[in-house]
Amino acid sequence: MIKVKNISKAFDGIKVLNQISTVFDKGKTNLIIGQSGSGKTVFIKCLLGLIESDSGYIEFDNKAFNTMSIKERSILRQEVGMVFQGSALFDSMTVEENIMFPMQMFTNKEESEVRDQANIVIKRVNLINANEKYPDEISGGMKKRVAIARAIVMNPKYLFCDEPNSGLDPKTAILIDNLIQEITEEYNITTVINTHDMNSVMEIGKKIVFLQNGKKAWEGTKEDIFNTDNKAVSNFVYSSDLFKKVREVYLKT
Amino acid sequence: MIQSVFGKFTKWNILKQLILKDIDVLIIGSLGIVSFISFFVGGVVSIQTALNLENPLLPKNLIAFATRQSVILEFAPTFISIIMAGKVGSYITSSIGTMRVTEQIDALEVMGINTYNYLVFPKIIALSLYPLVICASMFLGIFGGYIACVYGGWTTSGEFIEGIQLDFIPFHVTYAFIKTGFFSFVLATIPSFHGYFMTGGALDVGKASTVSFVWTSVVIILLNYLLTQLLLT
Repeated sequence: MIKVKNISKAFDGIKVLNQISTVFDKGKTNLIIGQSGSGKTVFIKCLLGLIESDSGYIEFDNKAFNTMSIKERSILRQEVGMVFQGSALFDSMTVEENIMFPMQMFTNKEESEVRDQANIVIKRVNLINANEKYPDEISGGMKKRVAIARAIVMNPKYLFCDEPNSGLDPKTAILIDNLIQEITEEYNITTVINTHDMNSVMEIGKKIVFLQNGKKAWEGTKEDIFNTDNKAVSNFVYSSDLFKKVREVYLKT
Repeated sequence: MIQSVFGKFTKWNILKQLILKDIDVLIIGSLGIVSFISFFVGGVVSIQTALNLENPLLPKNLIAFATRQSVILEFAPTFISIIMAGKVGSYITSSIGTMRVTEQIDALEVMGINTYNYLVFPKIIALSLYPLVICASMFLGIFGGYIACVYGGWTTSGEFIEGIQLDFIPFHVTYAFIKTGFFSFVLATIPSFHGYFMTGGALDVGKASTVSFVWTSVVIILLNYLLTQLLLT
């Protein structure tokens, strides 16, 4: 579980995050949604300490993150997996080497053991015949799978995904969403996903936090989102005709 | 940044691979261009010296003497370093900058890795072998001068060999290597700094490489002046 209290961040005097408080539950896919520029990526980077928040408090399973030393943060980060928007795979390494990398870095396992473990994860994310390929030789969907495999290979307690299905076709996007949800439940991970994809909200939104202009404007479940009378979230979620119709059908039934 | 480079160390097995890879790219990969430039510039220096020694009373071995002094004192350590600022420096800035832009550095940080040590330390160690490149440059510069002079008919082989031994002061070589040691650190750290702290997109990687080249060259030139004042005067 991750607790966030009153997180604020400003760049050059412009407030990007403004007093955000929420709780991300364990074993659930927690979604942060909002328009582009609403502060989602900055928020997730603050949670990870990649950007230091100006004020506020973050707690990972009752461990205060803000007051941790560099060493303590480094230890905590070994329990964190992150899937970046652009996958952030290491160009100079093959798919298999990318996935083996965290284990080679932080465990004293034999090379063969590390390779076996990597191949178990590769199978888990359904990557076929890609072990020896380099990131620039595989498709966007495969890159996301590699990024997910690299993020979960150390059995993390926390998984962060920054727009994991951006740039993917709808079918692949749903497959990636489902994969993240399955992994979250299987490994009982606290998963936090940044997205502005409404399909993801409807598919895997166990808990949803809606950000608008750097503020938390709403939070609830995907079921709550159909019944909400919050104008900001309704305008965002039901901006397309398709989702307006989905809502009408849902409310009728 | 420098303090963090020597902070929490990356696992030795990984670090060893990174150092070997950087030695291959930064040192071995530079030998070709350094050899080519050194050989021909050495040749040109000796021809120009020969052309300016019009007085028949001046011994021909002075051509070799002047070539040796130019190559050892300035050409090999300083001007090769400026060429390396362009070749190696822009490689370092663009490779680290691209990692920054594509969030690969963030990915390393999230894993709990000391990115300064992981990215910069292997380059500092690899470039500690840079004096070997300068050693090759000195040899090839003088050898280029020898070929140009002897086969161009400016001196005989004996005169040239006599000239390169004339009034030889071993400290001049030490001075050149002391300078090279400082320059190698500059070549590893300034481009790394510009790559690591760059912001923006692909276009900014190119801009950062240019800025890095300019600053590395400026620092090398200033250090050259300072070290010459300190060591030779």
